[in-house]
Amino acid sequence: MARRSHVQTTINGETVEFLCEPRQSLLEVLRDELHLTGAKEGCNNGNCGACSVILDGRLVNSCLVLGVETEGKSVETIEGLAAPDKLHPIQDAFLENAALQCGICTPGFIMSAKALLDQNPNPTEHEVRYWLAGNLCRCTGYDKIVRAVLDAAAAE
Amino acid sequence: MQDFSYIAATTIPEAVALLDEKGESARILAGGTDLIVQVREARRDVDWMIDIKSIPEVNVLDYNAATGLVLGAAVECYKIYANDAICDAYPSLIDAAKIIGGTAIQGRAGVGGNLCNASPAADGIPPLIVLNATCVIAGPNGERELPVEEFCTAPGQTALQKGEMLVSLKIPAPESNSSSYYLRFIPRNEMDIAVVGAGASVTLDAAKETIVSARIALAAVAPTPLFAEEASALLAGREVSDEAINAAAAAAQAIARPISDMRGTAEQRTHLVGVLTRRALNGAIQRVQEAT
Repeated sequence: MARRSHVQTTINGETVEFLCEPRQSLLEVLRDELHLTGAKEGCNNGNCGACSVILDGRLVNSCLVLGVETEGKSVETIEGLAAPDKLHPIQDAFLENAALQCGICTPGFIMSAKALLDQNPNPTEHEVRYWLAGNLCRCTGYDKIVRAVLDAAAAE
Repeated sequence: MQDFSYIAATTIPEAVALLDEKGESARILAGGTDLIVQVREARRDVDWMIDIKSIPEVNVLDYNAATGLVLGAAVECYKIYANDAICDAYPSLIDAAKIIGGTAIQGRAGVGGNLCNASPAADGIPPLIVLNATCVIAGPNGERELPVEEFCTAPGQTALQKGEMLVSLKIPAPESNSSSYYLRFIPRNEMDIAVVGAGASVTLDAAKETIVSARIALAAVAPTPLFAEEASALLAGREVSDEAINAAAAAAQAIARPISDMRGTAEQRTHLVGVLTRRALNGAIQRVQEAT
């Protein structure tokens, strides 16, 4: 077995150190080593987007990043979004629009939406749909999700 | 996932020495969007992943209107289409960079990795072929260059020899009155693998009525992406017309040797080569004619 590497990274603004094997994905590190279980494992091959996180400001699938690659980087996950007493506007918009049913895809959609609104605060519906194409939802039919993101953009 | 060791190389000589020493058991890690999946699904046996993203040369993204583009092997898709000058100069490259996976894939995956993965259906490769790209390859015996259409040798196989790695792609500066276009056929709007892909670049005369030269490339209709050399040559000196474009499309169809699989039949793919070649050529011509 390859040696476990020591990695220091920033997660949701806090410096975090962990040990991991090279073969552990960032998703596995988040869930199994750091017990941040918001990011979900869906397909584990980059198709479904349930594991979406923001790495150094860019949306990525955490199943397609190695934990060891995050040395010195900054990771944002769904756990970092809400303040202790207040949801993030995107989270509010998802609730208001009933943009979730089973909820497995929701953390990924919200992180993906955050990455979009961080760089494009007023997207068109077309832009929202294309940006979110890498996030799959088998419950809602997407329309409520798209409306939630547009509402969040208007509210911010 | 199988066990492997990870090394973040910081220089080209370091990466080349590791590749040379470890041979077939080592693999370059750039965006990882193909490699990590292949290793996880036991489709590729890797004992060493050599991360090249800390090497300055593979992160170069330098466009100069006189000398052209140097595109480092690890430059992610999103950086390519975020650059307005590159969007103007090489629109077919942008057409492809925007459809390789979704947003999260484009945050990690690059055109260099798309090339090294050597999928017959790679969207990134036909634009490189029509834009006349040259591969800059580093190895134990120094650096060499190779036309991009000679890089892929079979599905998943490349011309890289033991110890060699792709450093960058060099694309010449666009000529005046030239443009390019890439499109693919997929049964959905996004997030899919090409049933057929076609790219074209054209240079027109000053009046924008006659084709000076053209290049056509195809994806997913042969074991490697194809440069349709004869079809391209047919267009040189021809007036822009349906007749000339149809003749080139027919010549492109003649070199397609597709298979039938879950994405489409050989017959459908051959038909699509004709349709997409016409659309790619017309798209490139229209971009030249609409430019001011």
